[in-house]
Amino acid sequence: MDHTPRALFALILAGLRDEALASNTPWMCLSCYFCSVRCPMGIRIPDVMYAVKAIATREGIQPEKTGSDFSRTFVANVERFGRSYEMGLVAQHYLRHYPLRLPGLAPMGIAMVTRGRMGFVPHRIRGLAGLRAILARASELEAAQLETAQLEVADGHGGTP
Amino acid sequence: MKSYLYYPGCSLSGSARAYAASLGAILEPLGIELHEIDDWNCCGATEYLTLSPLRGQALISRNLALAQAQRDGAQTLVAPCSACYVNLAKTDRYFRENSEFRSRLNEVLAADGLHYTPGAVRVRHLLEVLIEDVGLDAIAAAVTRPLNGLRVAPYLGCLVSRPDLDRRWALHEEPRELDRLMAALGAEVVDFPARTACCAGHMTQISPEVAWDLLRRVIEPADHAGADLLVTVCPMCQMNVDSFQGEMDRHLGLRYHMPILFFTQLIGLALGRPAAELGIGSEVVSAAQALARIGVEVPPPTEPPVESGHEPRRQKRPTGLPMPEPLEVPR
Repeated sequence: MDHTPRALFALILAGLRDEALASNTPWMCLSCYFCSVRCPMGIRIPDVMYAVKAIATREGIQPEKTGSDFSRTFVANVERFGRSYEMGLVAQHYLRHYPLRLPGLAPMGIAMVTRGRMGFVPHRIRGLAGLRAILARASELEAAQLETAQLEVADGHGGTP
Repeated sequence: MKSYLYYPGCSLSGSARAYAASLGAILEPLGIELHEIDDWNCCGATEYLTLSPLRGQALISRNLALAQAQRDGAQTLVAPCSACYVNLAKTDRYFRENSEFRSRLNEVLAADGLHYTPGAVRVRHLLEVLIEDVGLDAIAAAVTRPLNGLRVAPYLGCLVSRPDLDRRWALHEEPRELDRLMAALGAEVVDFPARTACCAGHMTQISPEVAWDLLRRVIEPADHAGADLLVTVCPMCQMNVDSFQGEMDRHLGLRYHMPILFFTQLIGLALGRPAAELGIGSEVVSAAQALARIGVEVPPPTEPPVESGHEPRRQKRPTGLPMPEPLEVPR
Protein backbone atom coordinates (compact mmCIF):
# COMPACT_ATOMS: atom_id res chain seq x y z
CA MET A 1 0.00 0.00 0.00
CA ASP A 2 1.58 3.26 -1.17
CA HIS A 3 -0.02 5.56 1.41
CA THR A 4 -2.03 5.23 4.58
CA PRO A 5 -5.55 6.64 4.10
CA ARG A 6 -4.55 9.71 6.12
CA ALA A 7 -1.58 10.37 3.82
CA LEU A 8 -3.81 9.92 0.77
CA PHE A 9 -6.25 12.52 2.08
CA ALA A 10 -3.35 14.86 2.79
CA LEU A 11 -2.28 14.51 -0.86
CA ILE A 12 -5.81 15.34 -2.01
CA LEU A 13 -6.10 18.34 0.30
CA ALA A 14 -2.69 19.60 -0.82
CA GLY A 15 -3.89 19.45 -4.43
CA LEU A 16 -1.31 16.81 -5.39
CA ARG A 17 -3.73 15.32 -7.88
CA ASP A 18 -1.38 13.12 -9.90
CA GLU A 19 0.18 11.55 -6.81
CA ALA A 20 -3.23 10.84 -5.30
CA LEU A 21 -4.58 9.24 -8.48
CA ALA A 22 -1.43 7.15 -8.95
CA SER A 23 -1.58 5.77 -5.39
CA ASN A 24 -2.64 2.15 -5.06
CA THR A 25 -4.21 2.88 -1.67
CA PRO A 26 -7.84 3.23 -2.86
CA TRP A 27 -7.43 -0.08 -4.70
CA MET A 28 -6.50 -1.76 -1.42
CA CYS A 29 -9.74 -0.51 0.18
CA LEU A 30 -12.19 -3.37 0.68
CA SER A 31 -15.11 -1.26 1.90
CA CYS A 32 -15.06 -2.84 5.37
CA TYR A 33 -16.26 0.51 6.78
CA PHE A 34 -14.18 0.27 9.98
CA CYS A 35 -12.87 3.77 9.19
CA SER A 36 -16.41 5.05 8.58
CA VAL A 37 -17.68 4.12 12.02
CA ARG A 38 -14.49 5.33 13.70
CA CYS A 39 -14.10 8.69 11.91
CA PRO A 40 -14.88 11.46 14.42
CA MET A 41 -15.78 13.79 11.54
CA GLY A 42 -18.29 11.34 10.07
CA ILE A 43 -16.51 11.25 6.71
CA ARG A 44 -17.67 8.42 4.44
CA ILE A 45 -14.17 7.35 3.58
CA PRO A 46 -15.05 4.38 1.31
CA ASP A 47 -17.10 6.76 -0.88
CA VAL A 48 -14.00 8.95 -1.25
CA MET A 49 -12.02 5.84 -2.24
CA TYR A 50 -14.64 4.93 -4.87
CA ALA A 51 -14.46 8.46 -6.26
CA VAL A 52 -10.66 8.43 -6.49
CA LYS A 53 -10.76 5.04 -8.24
CA ALA A 54 -13.41 6.21 -10.68
CA ILE A 55 -11.47 9.37 -11.59
CA ALA A 56 -8.25 7.39 -12.02
CA THR A 57 -10.04 4.84 -14.21
CA ARG A 58 -11.60 7.56 -16.35
CA GLU A 59 -8.17 9.09 -16.91
CA GLY A 60 -6.56 5.77 -17.70
CA ILE A 61 -4.39 5.73 -14.59
CA GLN A 62 -4.06 2.17 -13.31
CA PRO A 63 -1.91 1.79 -10.21
CA GLU A 64 -3.49 -1.63 -9.64
CA LYS A 65 -4.19 -3.15 -13.03
CA THR A 66 -5.55 -6.46 -11.76
CA GLY A 67 -8.08 -4.60 -9.63
CA SER A 68 -9.40 -2.35 -12.35
CA ASP A 69 -9.47 -5.26 -14.81
CA PHE A 70 -11.50 -7.33 -12.38
CA SER A 71 -14.00 -4.50 -11.97
CA ARG A 72 -14.27 -4.13 -15.75
CA THR A 73 -14.83 -7.85 -16.33
CA PHE A 74 -17.45 -7.96 -13.57
CA VAL A 75 -19.26 -4.93 -14.96
CA ALA A 76 -19.13 -6.26 -18.54
CA ASN A 77 -20.85 -9.47 -17.41
CA VAL A 78 -23.55 -7.57 -15.53
CA GLU A 79 -24.21 -5.35 -18.54
CA ARG A 80 -24.48 -8.39 -20.75
CA PHE A 81 -26.84 -10.40 -18.56
CA GLY A 82 -28.20 -8.12 -15.83
CA ARG A 83 -26.86 -10.51 -13.22
CA SER A 84 -23.39 -11.49 -12.13
CA TYR A 85 -22.08 -14.56 -13.98
CA GLU A 86 -19.66 -16.18 -11.57
CA MET A 87 -18.34 -18.87 -13.91
CA GLY A 88 -17.66 -16.45 -16.75
CA LEU A 89 -16.07 -13.91 -14.44
CA VAL A 90 -13.76 -16.43 -12.81
CA ALA A 91 -12.78 -18.06 -16.11
CA GLN A 92 -11.98 -14.77 -17.87
CA HIS A 93 -10.20 -13.22 -14.92
CA TYR A 94 -8.05 -16.19 -13.89
CA LEU A 95 -6.99 -17.11 -17.42
CA ARG A 96 -5.88 -13.54 -17.94
CA HIS A 97 -4.23 -12.73 -14.63
CA TYR A 98 -3.63 -15.90 -12.66
CA PRO A 99 -2.99 -18.85 -14.99
CA LEU A 100 -0.37 -20.10 -12.53
CA ARG A 101 -2.86 -20.23 -9.67
CA LEU A 102 -5.20 -22.47 -11.63
CA PRO A 103 -3.54 -25.86 -10.97
CA GLY A 104 -3.57 -25.20 -7.21
CA LEU A 105 -7.18 -24.06 -7.32
CA ALA A 106 -8.39 -26.88 -9.58
CA PRO A 107 -9.62 -29.23 -6.79
CA MET A 108 -11.60 -26.36 -5.26
CA GLY A 109 -13.00 -25.41 -8.66
CA ILE A 110 -14.08 -28.99 -9.34
CA ALA A 111 -15.75 -29.17 -5.92
CA MET A 112 -17.60 -25.92 -6.61
CA VAL A 113 -18.90 -27.24 -9.93
CA THR A 114 -19.86 -30.75 -8.78
CA ARG A 115 -21.60 -29.37 -5.70
CA GLY A 116 -23.73 -27.13 -7.86
CA ARG A 117 -22.15 -23.88 -6.72
CA MET A 118 -20.84 -22.75 -10.10
CA GLY A 119 -23.35 -22.79 -12.95
CA PHE A 120 -22.31 -22.86 -16.60
CA VAL A 121 -25.35 -20.98 -17.87
CA PRO A 122 -25.74 -17.28 -17.04
CA HIS A 123 -29.13 -15.93 -15.98
CA ARG A 124 -30.40 -13.17 -18.23
CA ILE A 125 -32.96 -10.71 -16.88
CA ARG A 126 -35.98 -9.80 -19.04
CA GLY A 127 -35.60 -6.06 -18.60
CA LEU A 128 -32.11 -5.93 -20.07
CA ALA A 129 -32.98 -3.23 -22.63
CA GLY A 130 -34.44 -1.05 -19.86
CA LEU A 131 -31.42 -1.59 -17.63
CA ARG A 132 -29.08 -0.61 -20.46
CA ALA A 133 -31.14 2.52 -21.12
CA ILE A 134 -30.79 3.46 -17.45
CA LEU A 135 -27.03 2.94 -17.51
CA ALA A 136 -26.68 4.89 -20.76
CA ARG A 137 -28.58 7.82 -19.26
CA ALA A 138 -26.26 7.67 -16.22
CA SER A 139 -23.22 7.85 -18.52
CA GLU A 140 -24.69 10.86 -20.35
CA LEU A 141 -25.33 12.69 -17.10
CA GLU A 142 -21.88 11.88 -15.83
CA ALA A 143 -20.26 13.18 -19.02
CA ALA A 144 -22.31 16.38 -18.91
CA GLN A 145 -21.42 16.90 -15.27
CA LEU A 146 -17.74 16.42 -16.03
CA GLU A 147 -17.88 18.94 -18.86
CA THR A 148 -19.50 21.54 -16.60
CA ALA A 149 -16.84 20.95 -13.94
CA GLN A 150 -14.04 21.35 -16.49
CA LEU A 151 -15.55 24.58 -17.83
CA GLU A 152 -15.77 25.93 -14.30
CA VAL A 153 -12.13 25.12 -13.69
CA ALA A 154 -11.17 26.76 -17.00
CA ASP A 155 -13.16 29.88 -16.07
CA GLY A 156 -11.51 30.00 -12.70
CA HIS A 157 -14.75 29.26 -10.84
CA GLY A 158 -13.71 25.80 -9.65
CA GLY A 159 -12.13 25.01 -6.33
CA THR A 160 -9.25 22.58 -6.03
CA PRO A 161 -8.93 20.87 -9.42
CA MET B 1 -47.17 -15.05 8.70
CA LYS B 2 -44.93 -12.02 8.27
CA SER B 3 -44.60 -10.89 4.69
CA TYR B 4 -41.50 -9.32 3.12
CA LEU B 5 -40.13 -8.21 -0.22
CA TYR B 6 -37.07 -10.24 -1.05
CA TYR B 7 -33.87 -9.45 -2.94
CA PRO B 8 -31.86 -12.70 -3.08
CA GLY B 9 -28.77 -11.42 -4.93
CA CYS B 10 -26.79 -13.28 -7.58
CA SER B 11 -24.73 -15.57 -5.36
CA LEU B 12 -27.80 -17.25 -3.84
CA SER B 13 -28.43 -19.05 -7.10
CA GLY B 14 -24.71 -19.79 -7.53
CA SER B 15 -21.90 -20.12 -5.03
CA ALA B 16 -24.24 -19.56 -2.05
CA ARG B 17 -26.96 -21.96 -3.20
CA ALA B 18 -26.84 -23.56 0.26
CA TYR B 19 -27.85 -20.21 1.78
CA ALA B 20 -30.97 -20.14 -0.41
CA ALA B 21 -31.81 -23.79 0.32
CA SER B 22 -31.47 -23.42 4.07
CA LEU B 23 -33.39 -20.15 4.12
CA GLY B 24 -36.19 -21.83 2.18
CA ALA B 25 -36.31 -24.63 4.73
CA ILE B 26 -36.76 -22.38 7.78
CA LEU B 27 -39.27 -19.85 6.42
CA GLU B 28 -42.42 -21.76 7.19
CA PRO B 29 -41.50 -22.88 10.72
CA LEU B 30 -40.50 -19.30 11.55
CA GLY B 31 -43.67 -17.83 10.02
CA ILE B 32 -42.03 -15.83 7.23
CA GLU B 33 -43.23 -15.27 3.69
CA LEU B 34 -40.85 -13.83 1.06
CA HIS B 35 -41.91 -12.20 -2.21
CA GLU B 36 -38.99 -12.02 -4.61
CA ILE B 37 -38.68 -8.79 -6.59
CA ASP B 38 -39.52 -9.69 -10.16
CA ASP B 39 -36.63 -9.36 -12.63
CA TRP B 40 -34.20 -7.81 -10.16
CA ASN B 41 -30.65 -7.14 -11.38
CA CYS B 42 -27.20 -7.50 -9.83
CA CYS B 43 -26.39 -4.88 -7.16
CA GLY B 44 -22.95 -4.35 -8.72
CA ALA B 45 -21.05 -5.32 -5.55
CA THR B 46 -18.22 -2.81 -5.18
CA GLU B 47 -17.08 -3.17 -8.79
CA TYR B 48 -19.57 -0.80 -10.40
CA LEU B 49 -18.98 1.95 -7.85
CA THR B 50 -15.26 1.61 -8.51
CA LEU B 51 -15.63 2.40 -12.20
CA SER B 52 -18.44 4.93 -12.02
CA PRO B 53 -20.37 5.85 -8.87
CA LEU B 54 -23.36 7.18 -10.83
CA ARG B 55 -23.74 4.07 -12.97
CA GLY B 56 -23.29 1.95 -9.85
CA GLN B 57 -26.00 3.85 -8.00
CA ALA B 58 -28.26 3.63 -11.07
CA LEU B 59 -27.89 -0.16 -11.14
CA ILE B 60 -28.82 -0.38 -7.46
CA SER B 61 -31.68 2.11 -7.78
CA ARG B 62 -33.43 0.02 -10.43
CA ASN B 63 -33.94 -2.67 -7.77
CA LEU B 64 -35.32 -0.16 -5.28
CA ALA B 65 -37.70 1.20 -7.91
CA LEU B 66 -38.88 -2.32 -8.84
CA ALA B 67 -39.40 -3.11 -5.16
CA GLN B 68 -41.49 0.02 -4.73
CA ALA B 69 -43.62 -0.85 -7.78
CA GLN B 70 -44.22 -4.38 -6.50
CA ARG B 71 -44.73 -3.74 -2.83
CA ASP B 72 -48.17 -4.77 -1.77
CA GLY B 73 -48.48 -4.00 1.89
CA ALA B 74 -44.97 -5.26 2.58
CA GLN B 75 -42.60 -2.42 3.41
CA THR B 76 -39.45 -4.27 4.34
CA LEU B 77 -37.03 -5.36 1.65
CA VAL B 78 -34.97 -8.26 2.97
CA ALA B 79 -31.51 -9.02 1.60
CA PRO B 80 -29.65 -12.13 2.82
CA CYS B 81 -26.37 -11.05 1.20
CA SER B 82 -24.45 -8.48 3.22
CA ALA B 83 -22.96 -6.76 0.16
CA CYS B 84 -26.36 -6.43 -1.55
CA TYR B 85 -27.83 -5.25 1.73
CA VAL B 86 -25.30 -2.48 2.18
CA ASN B 87 -25.64 -1.30 -1.43
CA LEU B 88 -29.44 -1.17 -1.26
CA ALA B 89 -29.52 0.40 2.22
CA LYS B 90 -26.90 3.02 1.41
CA THR B 91 -28.58 4.03 -1.83
CA ASP B 92 -31.98 4.34 -0.14
CA ARG B 93 -30.34 6.46 2.53
CA TYR B 94 -28.74 8.76 -0.07
CA PHE B 95 -32.15 9.13 -1.73
CA ARG B 96 -33.57 10.25 1.61
CA GLU B 97 -30.85 12.63 2.70
CA ASN B 98 -29.68 14.27 -0.54
CA SER B 99 -32.17 15.99 -2.84
CA GLU B 100 -29.63 16.42 -5.64
CA PHE B 101 -28.85 12.70 -5.55
CA ARG B 102 -32.58 11.94 -5.56
CA SER B 103 -33.42 14.04 -8.59
CA ARG B 104 -30.38 12.89 -10.55
CA LEU B 105 -31.08 9.19 -9.92
CA ASN B 106 -34.76 9.57 -10.68
CA GLU B 107 -33.82 11.30 -13.94
CA VAL B 108 -31.67 8.26 -14.73
CA LEU B 109 -34.42 5.77 -13.75
CA ALA B 110 -36.90 7.64 -15.96
CA ALA B 111 -34.97 6.28 -18.96
CA ASP B 112 -36.88 3.03 -18.31
CA GLY B 113 -40.06 4.63 -16.91
CA LEU B 114 -39.09 3.90 -13.30
CA HIS B 115 -39.13 6.05 -10.18
CA TYR B 116 -38.09 5.63 -6.56
CA THR B 117 -39.62 7.52 -3.64
CA PRO B 118 -37.11 7.81 -0.78
CA GLY B 119 -37.98 5.47 2.06
CA ALA B 120 -40.63 3.60 0.02
CA VAL B 121 -39.05 0.40 1.25
CA ARG B 122 -37.06 -0.26 4.40
CA VAL B 123 -33.96 -2.25 3.53
CA ARG B 124 -32.98 -4.78 6.18
CA HIS B 125 -30.57 -7.68 6.44
CA LEU B 126 -32.04 -11.13 7.01
CA LEU B 127 -30.28 -11.41 10.38
CA GLU B 128 -31.93 -8.23 11.60
CA VAL B 129 -35.36 -9.47 10.52
CA LEU B 130 -34.95 -12.84 12.23
CA ILE B 131 -33.77 -11.28 15.48
CA GLU B 132 -36.13 -8.31 15.65
CA ASP B 133 -39.30 -9.50 13.95
CA VAL B 134 -39.31 -13.23 14.65
CA GLY B 135 -37.41 -12.81 17.91
CA LEU B 136 -34.92 -14.93 19.79
CA ASP B 137 -37.59 -16.32 22.12
CA ALA B 138 -39.72 -17.56 19.23
CA ILE B 139 -36.68 -19.06 17.53
CA ALA B 140 -35.59 -20.76 20.76
CA ALA B 141 -39.13 -22.09 21.20
CA ALA B 142 -39.07 -23.64 17.72
CA VAL B 143 -35.81 -25.54 18.38
CA THR B 144 -36.33 -29.31 18.38
CA ARG B 145 -32.69 -30.40 18.16
CA PRO B 146 -30.54 -28.01 20.21
CA LEU B 147 -26.98 -27.64 18.97
CA ASN B 148 -25.63 -28.46 22.44
CA GLY B 149 -21.91 -29.09 22.38
CA LEU B 150 -21.24 -27.42 19.01
CA ARG B 151 -18.61 -24.71 19.43
CA VAL B 152 -19.39 -21.89 17.06
CA ALA B 153 -17.38 -18.76 16.17
CA PRO B 154 -19.92 -16.05 15.25
CA TYR B 155 -18.52 -14.42 12.12
CA LEU B 156 -20.73 -11.47 11.24
CA GLY B 157 -18.32 -9.86 8.76
CA CYS B 158 -18.17 -6.18 7.81
CA LEU B 159 -21.31 -5.14 6.09
CA VAL B 160 -24.17 -5.80 8.50
CA SER B 161 -23.23 -3.60 11.43
CA ARG B 162 -21.28 -1.15 9.25
CA PRO B 163 -21.57 1.51 7.88
CA ASP B 164 -25.00 1.50 9.59
CA LEU B 165 -25.92 4.98 8.37
CA ASP B 166 -29.34 4.64 10.01
CA ARG B 167 -27.81 3.79 13.39
CA ARG B 168 -29.70 0.57 14.01
CA TRP B 169 -26.83 -1.31 15.64
CA ALA B 170 -25.64 -0.56 19.16
CA LEU B 171 -22.13 -1.86 18.49
CA HIS B 172 -20.40 -1.63 15.11
CA GLU B 173 -17.22 -3.51 15.80
CA GLU B 174 -18.22 -6.10 18.41
CA PRO B 175 -21.95 -6.66 17.90
CA ARG B 176 -23.37 -9.61 19.84
CA GLU B 177 -26.61 -10.28 17.98
CA LEU B 178 -25.30 -13.32 16.09
CA ASP B 179 -23.81 -14.65 19.34
CA ARG B 180 -27.22 -14.45 20.98
CA LEU B 181 -28.93 -16.15 18.08
CA MET B 182 -26.44 -19.03 18.19
CA ALA B 183 -26.92 -19.32 21.95
CA ALA B 184 -30.70 -19.47 21.40
CA LEU B 185 -30.07 -22.52 19.19
CA GLY B 186 -28.17 -24.16 22.06
CA ALA B 187 -24.71 -23.78 20.50
CA GLU B 188 -21.68 -22.89 22.56
CA VAL B 189 -20.39 -19.50 21.38
CA VAL B 190 -16.60 -19.25 21.63
CA ASP B 191 -14.73 -16.04 22.37
CA PHE B 192 -14.02 -14.80 18.86
CA PRO B 193 -12.49 -11.33 18.55
CA ALA B 194 -12.52 -11.33 14.71
CA ARG B 195 -16.32 -11.31 14.44
CA THR B 196 -16.40 -8.28 12.15
CA ALA B 197 -12.97 -8.65 10.54
CA CYS B 198 -12.87 -8.52 6.73
CA CYS B 199 -12.89 -11.83 4.79
CA ALA B 200 -10.73 -10.20 2.08
CA GLY B 201 -13.65 -9.42 -0.24
CA HIS B 202 -12.44 -9.32 -3.83
CA MET B 203 -8.78 -9.44 -2.76
CA THR B 204 -8.90 -13.21 -3.41
CA GLN B 205 -9.36 -12.17 -7.05
CA ILE B 206 -7.01 -9.21 -7.32
CA SER B 207 -4.27 -9.54 -4.72
CA PRO B 208 -4.02 -13.06 -3.29
CA GLU B 209 -1.11 -12.34 -0.89
CA VAL B 210 -3.22 -9.71 0.87
CA ALA B 211 -6.21 -12.05 0.84
CA TRP B 212 -4.36 -14.93 2.51
CA ASP B 213 -3.17 -12.57 5.21
CA LEU B 214 -6.72 -11.35 5.86
CA LEU B 215 -8.21 -14.86 5.78
CA ARG B 216 -5.66 -15.97 8.33
CA ARG B 217 -6.80 -13.18 10.63
CA VAL B 218 -10.30 -14.68 10.60
CA ILE B 219 -9.49 -18.39 10.71
CA GLU B 220 -6.64 -18.31 13.23
CA PRO B 221 -8.57 -16.79 16.15
CA ALA B 222 -11.47 -19.19 15.56
CA ASP B 223 -9.06 -22.09 15.72
CA HIS B 224 -7.34 -20.67 18.81
CA ALA B 225 -10.70 -20.31 20.52
CA GLY B 226 -11.40 -23.97 19.85
CA ALA B 227 -14.29 -23.43 17.46
CA ASP B 228 -15.67 -26.41 15.52
CA LEU B 229 -16.84 -24.09 12.79
CA LEU B 230 -17.47 -20.50 11.78
CA VAL B 231 -21.01 -19.29 11.18
CA THR B 232 -21.63 -16.51 8.67
CA VAL B 233 -24.47 -14.33 7.34
CA CYS B 234 -22.68 -13.38 4.08
CA PRO B 235 -22.09 -15.27 0.80
CA MET B 236 -18.79 -13.47 0.17
CA CYS B 237 -17.40 -14.37 3.61
CA GLN B 238 -18.53 -17.97 3.12
CA MET B 239 -16.90 -18.28 -0.28
CA ASN B 240 -13.59 -16.72 0.71
CA VAL B 241 -13.13 -18.64 3.95
CA ASP B 242 -14.38 -21.90 2.44
CA SER B 243 -12.98 -21.89 -1.09
CA PHE B 244 -9.64 -20.17 -0.55
CA GLN B 245 -8.70 -21.76 2.78
CA GLY B 246 -6.75 -24.53 1.01
CA GLU B 247 -4.77 -22.04 -1.04
CA MET B 248 -4.08 -19.94 2.05
CA ASP B 249 -2.88 -23.03 3.94
CA ARG B 250 -0.55 -23.99 1.13
CA HIS B 251 1.00 -20.56 0.69
CA LEU B 252 1.38 -19.60 4.33
CA GLY B 253 2.46 -23.06 5.44
CA LEU B 254 -0.59 -23.58 7.66
CA ARG B 255 -2.86 -26.56 8.20
CA TYR B 256 -6.26 -25.25 9.07
CA HIS B 257 -9.48 -27.11 8.53
CA MET B 258 -12.13 -24.63 9.63
CA PRO B 259 -15.57 -25.18 8.09
CA ILE B 260 -17.90 -22.24 7.62
CA LEU B 261 -21.69 -22.57 7.42
CA PHE B 262 -24.51 -20.08 6.91
CA PHE B 263 -26.49 -19.16 10.02
CA THR B 264 -29.65 -20.38 8.28
CA GLN B 265 -28.06 -23.84 7.99
CA LEU B 266 -27.52 -23.98 11.74
CA ILE B 267 -31.03 -22.68 12.41
CA GLY B 268 -32.34 -25.40 10.09
CA LEU B 269 -30.42 -28.09 11.95
CA ALA B 270 -31.73 -26.83 15.29
CA LEU B 271 -35.26 -26.89 13.88
CA GLY B 272 -34.71 -30.57 13.09
CA ARG B 273 -34.36 -30.38 9.32
CA PRO B 274 -32.08 -32.94 7.63
CA ALA B 275 -28.59 -31.72 6.66
CA ALA B 276 -29.02 -32.46 2.94
CA GLU B 277 -32.12 -30.23 2.69
CA LEU B 278 -30.04 -27.37 4.12
CA GLY B 279 -27.30 -27.64 1.51
CA ILE B 280 -24.86 -28.98 4.08
CA GLY B 281 -22.24 -31.02 2.24
CA SER B 282 -21.79 -28.42 -0.51
CA GLU B 283 -19.02 -26.63 1.38
CA VAL B 284 -15.43 -27.17 0.20
CA VAL B 285 -14.01 -27.48 3.73
CA SER B 286 -16.32 -30.21 4.97
CA ALA B 287 -18.37 -29.61 8.10
CA ALA B 288 -19.13 -33.34 8.47
CA GLN B 289 -16.62 -33.95 11.24
CA ALA B 290 -17.71 -30.89 13.22
CA LEU B 291 -21.39 -31.78 12.95
CA ALA B 292 -20.73 -35.43 13.85
CA ARG B 293 -19.87 -34.12 17.32
CA ILE B 294 -23.53 -33.30 17.82
CA GLY B 295 -24.80 -36.41 16.06
CA VAL B 296 -25.70 -34.81 12.73
CA GLU B 297 -25.00 -37.01 9.74
CA VAL B 298 -23.88 -35.28 6.57
CA PRO B 299 -24.24 -37.02 3.20
CA PRO B 300 -20.77 -37.63 1.69
CA PRO B 301 -19.86 -35.48 -1.32
CA THR B 302 -20.05 -37.04 -4.76
CA GLU B 303 -16.34 -36.68 -5.40
CA PRO B 304 -13.25 -37.18 -3.21
CA PRO B 305 -12.80 -34.50 -0.54
CA VAL B 306 -10.50 -31.58 -1.22
CA GLU B 307 -7.33 -32.15 0.76
CA SER B 308 -5.95 -29.19 2.59
CA GLY B 309 -4.20 -31.13 5.33
CA HIS B 310 -1.03 -31.86 3.31
CA GLU B 311 2.49 -31.16 4.50
CA PRO B 312 3.18 -27.42 4.46
CA ARG B 313 5.91 -26.57 1.99
CA ARG B 314 7.52 -23.81 3.95
CA GLN B 315 6.56 -21.29 6.54
CA LYS B 316 6.12 -17.87 5.00
CA ARG B 317 5.74 -14.58 6.72
CA PRO B 318 2.66 -12.74 5.58
CA THR B 319 3.73 -9.66 3.65
CA GLY B 320 0.43 -8.16 2.63
CA LEU B 321 -0.71 -5.34 4.85
CA PRO B 322 0.89 -3.09 7.44
CA MET B 323 -1.10 -4.37 10.38
CA PRO B 324 -0.24 -5.77 13.79
CA GLU B 325 0.61 -9.45 14.04
CA PRO B 326 -2.13 -11.71 15.37
CA LEU B 327 -1.47 -12.64 19.01
CA GLU B 328 0.06 -16.04 19.61
CA VAL B 329 -2.35 -17.67 22.02
CA PRO B 330 -1.33 -21.03 23.48
CA ARG B 331 -4.00 -23.68 23.05
